[in-house]
Amino acid sequence: MRVSGKTKKKIGRVGFYLSLALILMVTLFPFFWMVLASLKKMVDLLNVDKMFVFTPTIQNYIDIFSKYDFWQPLKNSMLIAVLSTVLALLFGLPASYVIARERMSAFSAVILVIRIIPAISFLVPWYILFNKLHLTGTYTSLILVHLLVALPMIVWIMIPFFETMPRELEEASWVDGCSHIGTFVKILIPLASPAILTATILSFIFSWNNFIFALILCTNDTRTLPTAVFQFMSYTDVDWACLMAAAVVITIPIILISVFLQKYIITGMTAGAVKG
Amino acid sequence: MYKWMDKHIKWVFTVPTIFILLFLVVFPLAYTFFISFFDWGMSGNTQMKFVGFDNYGHLFTEERFWNAVGRTFVFSLAGIVIEGVLGVALALYLNRDFKGRNLVKTAFLLPMVATPVAVGLVWRLIYEPSIGIANQVCMWLGLGRQPWLGSPDMALPALLAVDIWQWTPMVMLVVLAGATALPTDVLESAQVDGAGKWQLTRKITLPLLRPTILTALLLRLIDVLKTFDIIYSTTQGGPGYATETLNILSYREAFEYFKFGRASATLVVFFLTVLLIAIGFIKFKNKVEVEY
Repeated sequence: MRVSGKTKKKIGRVGFYLSLALILMVTLFPFFWMVLASLKKMVDLLNVDKMFVFTPTIQNYIDIFSKYDFWQPLKNSMLIAVLSTVLALLFGLPASYVIARERMSAFSAVILVIRIIPAISFLVPWYILFNKLHLTGTYTSLILVHLLVALPMIVWIMIPFFETMPRELEEASWVDGCSHIGTFVKILIPLASPAILTATILSFIFSWNNFIFALILCTNDTRTLPTAVFQFMSYTDVDWACLMAAAVVITIPIILISVFLQKYIITGMTAGAVKG
Repeated sequence: MYKWMDKHIKWVFTVPTIFILLFLVVFPLAYTFFISFFDWGMSGNTQMKFVGFDNYGHLFTEERFWNAVGRTFVFSLAGIVIEGVLGVALALYLNRDFKGRNLVKTAFLLPMVATPVAVGLVWRLIYEPSIGIANQVCMWLGLGRQPWLGSPDMALPALLAVDIWQWTPMVMLVVLAGATALPTDVLESAQVDGAGKWQLTRKITLPLLRPTILTALLLRLIDVLKTFDIIYSTTQGGPGYATETLNILSYREAFEYFKFGRASATLVVFFLTVLLIAIGFIKFKNKVEVEY
């Protein structure tokens, strides 16, 4: 039997979609598994015969907010991520504008070096300093150190954007008698809003995900979500069901942001990449 | 006041940021360097004692330190090579028009944006020897139960698999973005000249993509050397010291043993190593790009 070109093409297409499905399965499996486990009772989780067939329950989600303390960490994470992002925008936007316009390449080099250096290198002095200032575990100290994630991120994304903006815009505005600061706020910021959105999203995500800063600097009252999951584990025992419910709660905001604002995140990542 | 600010806008706009960075970066680095010459455990009544290069001396004669260095390099190198090859291959494979392209991109975004600690915990459950699905699959395949993260030999490769799962998509997305932006006329004219698909990829697409690929690898290099969250949330460096990388070792010395002098020496070595490797790679990358 001879296979016509058309059939061959069709087979090729089916093969492509099959392999795509396989790749997606590997990529998404841990998320699927996390959600599945979070809906199981602990007894079902420990029973390998009930790996796929079980009676789902939302009890774990109720438990993490009632039996365990997960509500306060959720509020803390939100507060710290939002405030550090807002502060970083406040400082980072004007700075990146000037860096771009004045071609302060030393400044961008510093930002790159901060991106390279392991965060833990800063933590011993911070720990000592915040102890001395009686700031250990306060929101102030956590927001301040989270700035170190957010600020370089925002400057890094905004510099190339401001560099490509034509100078004529602001020059025209100055000629019209508008001040430098007024021009920046009224003309440049609105024009830069897509890039600002990208920077904001990435800064929020990285702050939300950050673990090591809170691990070392937080107290029970100010701990963030990634540090709060360890309450489900003791030396001998792990409450897997609640742990997975907690993992879902932590991940959901990030997944929602990624699904709805995918374009901006990929732009942000590749913008940094293309510039190198 | 407003006029003065407007006139000196260059400084008004940058000084706050410079100040924050000085406070959060330059001072801590200098201080870490300073403490690395002292013997000091944080408790209030012990005095700092100047010990010169002793902390470094101890470090360089310690097997545990060199093992951590070795692990960090093996883990990073293996990660970069595998993620680079897989990521580029996937990007070239997916660089075509198909239904649901955007959906696929979103799916690939998830492993790298999802909170690493949450990701680590899920993998810990997957690898769990008695209730994890990894061992169920092994049983179905007749391979028998494996100890996964519980065994000194398997723990690091198992974590490497997590890293590959998490970060291959990043390499792929960056390279795919680069491939989509390639000038189509070059590819078309080569096709007209009778170049086969494989030839096209090897002789034209890959060389054109070289800068993008190197950038993706650079981003990976910077992060993989510092891998912390995944290791801490799964093995915390164990069993024994089997997954203790430089980052985990410094963390333990500082915040589990509270030997700040020793920890600072480790940190100085660690951050200089990462910095030098990254700068070396950037230099290499720039050189390659100039040649093209």
